[in-house]
Amino acid sequence: MPDLDTSAVSPEPLTEHGARRRTALTCMAWAGAGMLWTLNGGVPGSKLIGGTAQAAEVDRHAFSFVQISDSHIGFSKDPNLDPTSTLQEAVDKIRTNKEKPKFIIHTGDISHLSKPDQFDTATQIIQSTGLDVHYVPGEHDVLVDDGNSYFERFSKPSVPKWYSFDQSGVHFIGLTNVLDLRGGGLGFLGDEQLAWLQQDLHARTSSTPIVVFAHIPLWSLYPQWGWGTDDSARALTLMKRFGSVTVLNGHVHQVAQKVEGEISFYSALSTAFPQPAPGTAAGPGPMKVPADQLRKMLGVRSVKYVPGKAQLAVVDTRLSV
Amino acid sequence: MTMPDLGRALVARTMAAMCFAMALAAAPAFAADTKPATTIVIDNFSFSPAQLSVAAGSTVTWENHDDMPHTIVNDATPREFKSAPLDSGEHFSQTFSKPGTYKYFCSIHPHMTGTIVVK
Repeated sequence: MPDLDTSAVSPEPLTEHGARRRTALTCMAWAGAGMLWTLNGGVPGSKLIGGTAQAAEVDRHAFSFVQISDSHIGFSKDPNLDPTSTLQEAVDKIRTNKEKPKFIIHTGDISHLSKPDQFDTATQIIQSTGLDVHYVPGEHDVLVDDGNSYFERFSKPSVPKWYSFDQSGVHFIGLTNVLDLRGGGLGFLGDEQLAWLQQDLHARTSSTPIVVFAHIPLWSLYPQWGWGTDDSARALTLMKRFGSVTVLNGHVHQVAQKVEGEISFYSALSTAFPQPAPGTAAGPGPMKVPADQLRKMLGVRSVKYVPGKAQLAVVDTRLSV
Repeated sequence: MTMPDLGRALVARTMAAMCFAMALAAAPAFAADTKPATTIVIDNFSFSPAQLSVAAGSTVTWENHDDMPHTIVNDATPREFKSAPLDSGEHFSQTFSKPGTYKYFCSIHPHMTGTIVVK
């Protein structure tokens, strides 16, 4: 993966606070470029990364983590007959990265059909990095048995179907929005999970940076294709008091970004196959792209956090350029 | 009548005829004494036809033509029917013996919905 200080694609630096910056970020919604922003005690500042001395300053509490998504092991159709090899390539990118990430998050659709051998293949490849991996399920992982085969494998017995953990002052929350889906509806969190979330956030100060990850977007990306979560507004309301909230999702197999108040949303690439941009095809199924284009549309994401004059950088790296 | 007027009248008459023909074509699906179409195709994340009327005792078959798995789940409590995940090319059949309106959806992609009316 590229070194963040040198290779991150950064927009023109803006020197004014507030509206201008937000407008710029909102306009970038479909830019697909790596994007950075600053955090000062959890409150977003005005500087984007610019290769300055500040940017080069290394804080010993800084860390990065990696997001991979939608590996769909078991899929074997146009445009990717072998998602195992593209997942392996994605993992190789993580392994050969100059900066060792603290952990990996996988935002779901690990398997294509919830089959034990598909889970086995995926976890063997991903865990070859030797890094901790935090999984949340996609709908393809909970196709049978109310998802119990997934949870038995990926959840710790002591934690329910959603969880949180802390890393160097950042609070991470893994949510499940692919269970108990309602006819005519979208992704779904449910009362029990929302009550847990309220409790979990209650104990945090508003200056704590929050990173939330789930499979289906927690924003209305394209409800006509099911790309949203019915009760996500209730979750986001609970996060409004926080100065910095980053929401990472999979499901849509493409980079998409949105800023809403202090909450920034990022959809990730798949490691298996791309899906069309909203409304550009008859449906949201796999895009049948030529073999020489496939790896340009798959990738992994690195997220870096630096406390203090911090930069939380989101950089998407494609399997080939 | 000028030429454009004549043209317009022709178009109008043709369209009226087409509408009539379509109405005729659609009619058998709602007539109890005619054997209705009983196959529903899943394509591009939608059920086609999304609304289907059948006579009591009919068997309806769903065929998945998508590259992604789908399910057919009755949207009712208790559920009258629920399929296993259908991968590409797989199908699921359900026989409807009791008249009624049966809403269903794909539990993987719940924005996909359909209705079977059994007469």
